[in-house]
Amino acid sequence: MEAKNKNLWVFIETNEDGTPKNVGIELLTPGRDLATKQGGALVGVVIGSKVDPTVKEVEAHGADQIIVVDGPEFAHYTTDAYTAVMYQLIEKYGPTTILIGATTEGRDMGPRLSCRLKTGLTADCTGLDIDEASGNVAWTRPAFGGNLMATILCPDHRPQIGTVRPGVFKKTPGDPAHKAEVIKEDISIPADQIRTKVLEVIKDDGGESVDLEGADIIVSGGRGMGSAEAFSEVRELADALGGVVGASRAAVESGWIGHAHQVGQTGKTVGPKMYVACGISGAIQHLAGMSGSDCIVAINKDPDAPIFEVADFGIVGNVHEVLPMLAAAIKKIKG
Amino acid sequence: MNMLVCVKQVPDTTEIKIDPVTNTLIRDGVPSILNTFDGYALEMAARIKDKDPSSKITVVSMGPPQAKAILQECVAIAANKGYLVSDRAFGGSDTLATSYILSEAIKTLEEKEGKFDIIFCGKQAIDGDTAQVGPEIAEHLGYPQVTYGLGAEVDGDIVKVKKEVDDGVEIIGVKMPCVITATKPDFDPRYPTIKSKMAARKAEYPVLSAADLTTIDLERAGLKGSPTKVKKTFVPQKKTGGIKIKEETAEESVNKLIDALTAAKVL
Repeated sequence: MEAKNKNLWVFIETNEDGTPKNVGIELLTPGRDLATKQGGALVGVVIGSKVDPTVKEVEAHGADQIIVVDGPEFAHYTTDAYTAVMYQLIEKYGPTTILIGATTEGRDMGPRLSCRLKTGLTADCTGLDIDEASGNVAWTRPAFGGNLMATILCPDHRPQIGTVRPGVFKKTPGDPAHKAEVIKEDISIPADQIRTKVLEVIKDDGGESVDLEGADIIVSGGRGMGSAEAFSEVRELADALGGVVGASRAAVESGWIGHAHQVGQTGKTVGPKMYVACGISGAIQHLAGMSGSDCIVAINKDPDAPIFEVADFGIVGNVHEVLPMLAAAIKKIKG
Repeated sequence: MNMLVCVKQVPDTTEIKIDPVTNTLIRDGVPSILNTFDGYALEMAARIKDKDPSSKITVVSMGPPQAKAILQECVAIAANKGYLVSDRAFGGSDTLATSYILSEAIKTLEEKEGKFDIIFCGKQAIDGDTAQVGPEIAEHLGYPQVTYGLGAEVDGDIVKVKKEVDDGVEIIGVKMPCVITATKPDFDPRYPTIKSKMAARKAEYPVLSAADLTTIDLERAGLKGSPTKVKKTFVPQKKTGGIKIKEETAEESVNKLIDALTAAKVL
């Protein structure tokens, strides 16, 4: 497909209550930068049900234009409905670049959409830039479990598309006075074209949801915690800090905590303001999921643990001694 | 059920080291393994076969001739038959070209093995980590997809897939034929027996080359058919300059950490 303009789209994922997921708003930050370099407009694309709260936020975070598709069939993400809508919109408007959050939904829709468009997709990017020589987007992403980085171009096909890891880019503070042109597109997808159906929803931890990707503070426990009981020390520190609980693969595989909490290559990729790694040695697969955090604190008894190589602050010591003291000290500070 | 599992031979990324002098990946001596997630996909198919023993599992892999090793492994574990898709014309394929070739191979395989009800893939390969080939195969074939599958059960003409989502799991009903990609479930894949290993060693693993895929458009395969190009690769820089605290007592360490975090305005 030929691009009809130099516009850059950010796909804004919505929650069922019509609010945006963090990653879409985050992507407006690099989106603005790339759109300016490309010489086109920054466009937010919002699909969902009763999405006015999302439209307001996208507007406040600097989009020039917002394309909105609102309908009850979009309340819950489905591959078929979302891909069909995006395809129709792209055919009509012809953007040159599309950024999508590398969430479970984004990584489900991205390949489906790029394949229908017969264009290139770069998955799970952690770096975005413009290749000076060619003017294409230079998509940088980790491969081999984080051991290697690759920079990918999509020179001859449009739109060029990438999914981008949550937490890599930061939201701007936003300006409620900023105005965008809002275009409502009346698209509906007949029920028989949606070939999957949600039969049942089972939330983790008796209904408590774990939003690792959107969390500002994450306290994670690893093999060094030693037992499921000891994980209460991790929870206690997370509560004191107002954060959520994460875990390494070893802790999940030991059955101490559910897989929804897992951070790393086979779990979630996170980028909180603060990440506290407790009893986590720091295998490359774990580092691949959290090394984008703003501040990393590590607590481990082994001074040579690789986690200390990425940590901003580390305590060499026994987690079972350190965690309760740390939680108490933080509670004291926070009053 | 007639099931297909798409598998890939990958380097064991946990064994990869970086050459400290050249700062490049050391691939020599790194063992090649069945992609972990493909092993989970095979197990999901095997569990459907456990319940309905008339089911058949075919495995297919695209790769060099030595990828036959993982087909043999899959047959030893649970598969009935394994095919290798291999041709120099397929080299350099990105995910779009790879999924196109595999979708053409699937059409050829269906002439031999019958129409597949369910096509399983691992959610991603642990070397490329793209998670794109499964959904792209589904798109080429025009099938519905369920990604991040934790398990699958057949119920009439639909498959009920346990799907991992951000805050728990969902049970998704999907009509067959469909594509399901597997993430790490809460069960371990089964092991082969000595007997099944011996049988797998004797089995034949037919190779499908470009000439065998009768409807393939080779302009869409290999480097030519790949819209994405790798501009460069590099080893990520390690962060340095962190503060490591090790005082006499845990209490002193904690106090020092609190001071450091406060000074850095993290708290």
